[in-house]
Amino acid sequence: MGKILIIVAALIAPTLGWAAGGGVTFPNDKIEIDWDDKAAMQRGARTYVNYCMSCHSAEYSRYNRVGADLGISDDLVRDNLIFTSDIHGDKTKVGELMENTMQTAYAEEAFGVAPPDLSLIARSRGVDWLYNYLRGFYVDESRTGLGVNNGVFANVGMPHVLAELQGLQVPKYRSEPDGHGGEHDVIVGFETIKPGSMSKSEYDNTIHDLVAFLDYVAEPYKQTRRNVGTGVIIFLFGFLILAYMLKKEYWKDVH
Amino acid sequence: MSEDNNSKGLLGWIDARFPLTKMYEEHLGKYYAPKNFNFWYFFGSLALLVLVLQIVTGIFLTMHYKPDGDLAFKSVEHIMRDVDWGWLIRYLHSTGASAFFIVVYLHMFRALLYGSYQKPRELIWLFGMFIFLALMAEAFMGYLLPWGQMSYWGAQVIISLFGAVPIVGDELTLWIRGDFVVSDATLNRFFALHVVAVPIVLLMLVVMHIIALHEVGSNNPDGIDIKKTKDANGVPLDGIAFHPYYSVKDLVGVVVFLILFSVVVFFMPEMGGYFLEHANFVPANQFKTPEHIAPVWYFTPFYAILRAVPDKLLGVIAMFSAIVVLFLLPWFDRGKVRSIRYRSTSFKWLLAMLVVSFVGLGYLGALPATGTRTLFAQIFSVGYFGFFVGLWFISKNEVTKPVPERVR
Amino acid sequence: MSSDDTDSNRRRFLTAATLVVGAVGTVAVAVPFLSSWSPSARARTAGAPVQADISKLEPGQLIIVKWRGKPVWVVRRDEAALATLPEVTGQLRDPDSASSNQPVYATNEYRTRKPEYLIMEGICTHLGCSPTYQPEITADFQGGFFCPCHGSKFDFAGRVYQGVPAPLNLPVPPHYYISDGVILIGEDGVA
Repeated sequence: MGKILIIVAALIAPTLGWAAGGGVTFPNDKIEIDWDDKAAMQRGARTYVNYCMSCHSAEYSRYNRVGADLGISDDLVRDNLIFTSDIHGDKTKVGELMENTMQTAYAEEAFGVAPPDLSLIARSRGVDWLYNYLRGFYVDESRTGLGVNNGVFANVGMPHVLAELQGLQVPKYRSEPDGHGGEHDVIVGFETIKPGSMSKSEYDNTIHDLVAFLDYVAEPYKQTRRNVGTGVIIFLFGFLILAYMLKKEYWKDVH
Repeated sequence: MSEDNNSKGLLGWIDARFPLTKMYEEHLGKYYAPKNFNFWYFFGSLALLVLVLQIVTGIFLTMHYKPDGDLAFKSVEHIMRDVDWGWLIRYLHSTGASAFFIVVYLHMFRALLYGSYQKPRELIWLFGMFIFLALMAEAFMGYLLPWGQMSYWGAQVIISLFGAVPIVGDELTLWIRGDFVVSDATLNRFFALHVVAVPIVLLMLVVMHIIALHEVGSNNPDGIDIKKTKDANGVPLDGIAFHPYYSVKDLVGVVVFLILFSVVVFFMPEMGGYFLEHANFVPANQFKTPEHIAPVWYFTPFYAILRAVPDKLLGVIAMFSAIVVLFLLPWFDRGKVRSIRYRSTSFKWLLAMLVVSFVGLGYLGALPATGTRTLFAQIFSVGYFGFFVGLWFISKNEVTKPVPERVR
Repeated sequence: MSSDDTDSNRRRFLTAATLVVGAVGTVAVAVPFLSSWSPSARARTAGAPVQADISKLEPGQLIIVKWRGKPVWVVRRDEAALATLPEVTGQLRDPDSASSNQPVYATNEYRTRKPEYLIMEGICTHLGCSPTYQPEITADFQGGFFCPCHGSKFDFAGRVYQGVPAPLNLPVPPHYYISDGVILIGEDGVA
């Protein structure tokens, strides 16, 4: 039996060497998110409602849940994070979902595709992708109306909303083989041509915090999940010891 | 006049009207199972555990889920965020679905190792195969319910396979969908089937599977018939009562399983995108197909076979044939020796070829097709079907080791 | 091999211990499922307290505020209406609201914090119809509320008359004054 398993493993092993040939995107960094750093997520929440929410709803997230999880009181949430009103003209209540008033039909006409809701974007695209995407906008005159393109999401329909913070940059290219026998230009860096209000590291931190917030919004109960899980597994290990002793005791009968 | 003895009381009252004690003895207290069950024999009881888990968590999900194209995706997030402990119930159900297939595949593999499908257990194997079919249908329909991009497009692709059926293909797919594309009509009927109809069928099949097993008695890793050697009381010498010996041993198996299960549920429920696929966190969009559509991991071996054949109809036939040959396994194997421990080297190589092929197919089925990958899928498909063909040939006059009288 | 006695004691102990710990585990597993029946965050939000602006209410005017799916009446009672309350006490089933449903601060003759404003659920305690407002004081009826479904009558404090099908006074929800012109329905508050 053991011999067969080794042979099976040896035959399967080479197939694992196939990597999916991915496209080249830039930037290509990894992000570290510390779920205990609530302050970073708070800053991210502020960035989100100030810059993103008018186009991108977070319609599965509730304001008061965000407040409770990130340590922001209901009053502070009401004053600093809520900018919409309900149909009576009253400010949206703190227990409501984080919806916006962007109409799908209008958005499709204006941008080509409706800006997606971002409640789950950190789970569908991943936090690394988001971190790079938000720092990957560059000037591209060929894009009428937008004037920008993106090194991670080519020909995206989103304008560079955070240009006032990051400033504007142009790509630095390098010629590389394209895998089909020819060559193509690949972005290997950016050069700022017009500075924004933030330095590169300030902007990177702002985006880090924004992505941390999006990671939280995608799964707000993540820490609870892990904490409960720890308790459950400890209990089960204890129960395992007991069940095993019980089994051994009864199986003394069997010879 | 009642039949109850002094010592029986209430139990006696029940037994006079319902065979409770008789059933307990026949299936637990005096069901004598071979004493040499090993690791591979845990998976039957684990499958039953996962079935119960799926039904209970499924019922509680149904209390909050909305089977409507406009509301379904949002209702799942409502469960995850707004319903107290909803996230746990959802993760238990999604992990349970994958766990079900892991357990069932290992359970089926046990039968291949020890010849549990051979006479007189062919019917147990057939019931088991019907359970496997029902399980695949259940999982396929359940996967549509979250109404994510992968739910929608996976269903669209698989249902359109039925269009390959000659003459009636298009009518058939229209009838299955209830609409011109996968839509709310499809969602609602899949919900009814997934929540009510198929679970009932599954439960009935599981009962018949266990009754058929208890009728002939369990096989064992040596493939010996323990009923051939009984003591003065008619109890097999190599048999032990299921209760308490296997109830207590299966309990250990259950706890180990729950530990591994909990690690996934609480620490990695997405499992790298294999248990909860990334694309499914995007609501279904009828106008935008994801870059890469793949079925959930447990369907990938069969999907790879489908794609390996360049013709649509022949590919569908090949995929269904891969299941049909499994049904016919007891008749492909003409051998008399059950357990791999005593079978020929050829059998061992064939089984290894099956395992490598199945795993290889599974791996390839999850990836986008390329020229090289399709070639390997074709090779592995040959390896898969080759097991059954090869078994037919080598099992007739197989060179086996002598099978002992008593278990080792 | 140890004696049978020791073995079966150990066996009994281990079996009992396993059953007990297993039972604890089972109860622990049941908790999340039973909790999932509690009102969800969505239900709690929909049932959240509601503000009512009473600054523009005329004497004798009734407005309806929706709270937890129920109609809550806010009535600004005039002097005439308040004067009827001690008069009709003898005809009432529960004049001191001993059996009826209202917060501590509404267990008085006026059934409210400030006599001028009545805050009450407009749901008849008989079978759930919504009574009509009868502000006129006539010889037959001293004014208040009348339920058209089965003829129950209530006074200007929602207290039920004798001889009608409704068993209790109309319920008063928790409420308090955020300011002189604004009340919050759904919470007891401080004052």
